[in-house]
Amino acid sequence: MTNAIETTGLVKHFGSTHALAGVDLQIRRGTVYGLLGPNGAGKTTTIRILSTLLRPTGGTATVLGHDVVREPAAVRSKVSLTGQFASVDEDLTGRENLVLMGRLLGLSWRDAKRRASELLDAFGLAEFAGRQVQTYSGGERRRLDIAASLVAIPEILFLDEPTTGLDPRSRTQVWELVRRIAAEGTTVLLTTQYLDEADRLAERLAVIDHGRVIAEGTSRDLKASVGSNALHLRLVDAGRRAEAQRLITKVLGDGVLPASEPAEVAARLERAGQAAAVLSALSECGIEVEQVSVANPSLDEVFLALTGRQAAPTQTEAHQ
Amino acid sequence: MNATHEVLAIGTRPRPASAASAVLTLAWRALLKIKHVPFQLFDVTVTPIMFTLLFTFIFGGALAGSPRQYVQYLLPGVLVQTVLFITVYTGVGLNADIHKGLHDRFRSMPMWQAAPLLGALAGDVFRYTVASLVILTVGFILGFRPQGGPVGVVLAVALLLVFSFALSWLWIIVGMLVRTSESVMTTSFVFLMPLTFASDIFVDLRTMPGWLQTVVGHNPVTHLANASRGLMHGRPDGGDVLWTLVASAVLVLVAGPIAVRLYRKER
Repeated sequence: MTNAIETTGLVKHFGSTHALAGVDLQIRRGTVYGLLGPNGAGKTTTIRILSTLLRPTGGTATVLGHDVVREPAAVRSKVSLTGQFASVDEDLTGRENLVLMGRLLGLSWRDAKRRASELLDAFGLAEFAGRQVQTYSGGERRRLDIAASLVAIPEILFLDEPTTGLDPRSRTQVWELVRRIAAEGTTVLLTTQYLDEADRLAERLAVIDHGRVIAEGTSRDLKASVGSNALHLRLVDAGRRAEAQRLITKVLGDGVLPASEPAEVAARLERAGQAAAVLSALSECGIEVEQVSVANPSLDEVFLALTGRQAAPTQTEAHQ
Repeated sequence: MNATHEVLAIGTRPRPASAASAVLTLAWRALLKIKHVPFQLFDVTVTPIMFTLLFTFIFGGALAGSPRQYVQYLLPGVLVQTVLFITVYTGVGLNADIHKGLHDRFRSMPMWQAAPLLGALAGDVFRYTVASLVILTVGFILGFRPQGGPVGVVLAVALLLVFSFALSWLWIIVGMLVRTSESVMTTSFVFLMPLTFASDIFVDLRTMPGWLQTVVGHNPVTHLANASRGLMHGRPDGGDVLWTLVASAVLVLVAGPIAVRLYRKER
């Protein structure tokens, strides 16, 4: 059996809301797999079905060969879930939380205490071990949350938005942890709204939108589907963007990509050399360019190209 | 963060804890919460003292000639009332629990799915015991002298704990059905207020009008308060004791499965 997780036509309705509209996934053992999509796309619902918290309305899901509806106990004995919100007891100390998990998972008091110390050391939490979790910072809490899922190392670890709300340093620490967990053989299924996170961590990913998988593959595959090179321009005058886009269509024949900022223009290039032709055409028409870059398309652009929408609001839009 | 190779390596997972061991572990969690948030015991200690003092001194003279005489009648009953009031917190606590991530974690773990309920209840029974000790101490200071001796007192408290444990399942159901902790409180007291006040906790049944005697006579709290008074004063009423035990069994058998079912419902 090479697949850790398989789902076929997974459907979930909450009343009249169709959270999942037919999700098919094949996730190989020992990989880090990312579910990428905006809020409400169905990522969390998928993870909750796979960790036996929800029953699917339709379709099937097997985890390590066990059907999640018919054999939930077998699934639970092999997986761990770190949910989106703190899944530890905030009144207890970090150490007490880990000992609690150890006892519930069947360790003796002695082994549970030893295991708690091991994990606290490994996760850089030893100095806060005796403090109540409610005094922890977001990053410390998240690390404890993940440690609580590893008291008995699971075959599959579900991480629902592991870095949402964390500062950049804590994010990097969580990424490092995920890589090390995966390197030891645990299959990791994580959800994220952050495109760079999926890009950095996940070997394969599925882009989910409106309860469906709209694209699947390695992040390289997904980028290639949008074109091998992308030209990014920032115009001095945002008012001339439409004109610039028309000009580019004339030069390249096709290939203008949707861009998120008003002064930005993006286009798919077949050859990097085409950039020169675009730039000279713009300069002939007097459209001034402030910034130029030619690069692989970002996952942001992949998402835009796939859905016609942005994945998550940018900083500037969120402020408006 | 140190080298973590061994810490994170996949091995065989241990056999999950047995149902009994999971319940005991979760009871330990409940006690830890009391240790870290001692304020939880405030209601359990201050409210009962207040109730006992207020009722003894305000009604004592009028109802029994003197507070000291009245406390002999009142104390076993006011003990029942205070502990029954505290049972509501079981529903409040579990209501808060199910809206947190920890509930999801518990449900995705390989353990007996009702263990968190029984663990929380075990912690609550500890609180009921603390409250009982507080009330009894205050009672002794006010001159309460139980004729049944220590054995009678212990039996009365044990009976009260049994009924409180059973009644807690009702509040768990309320806790699973309503949205916020505050509404658990309000909803539960809508039932609990008439149950405790329309009983013979404060005054003898025979002083009430005939129709009310019928109502109050059928109130389970009346039976419990009577049984408690009987045991403490060495004149146990077998009928009331039996009635209370049967009522407790029925509550657990009916409300227990419903509560577990609601607890495991999808959220």
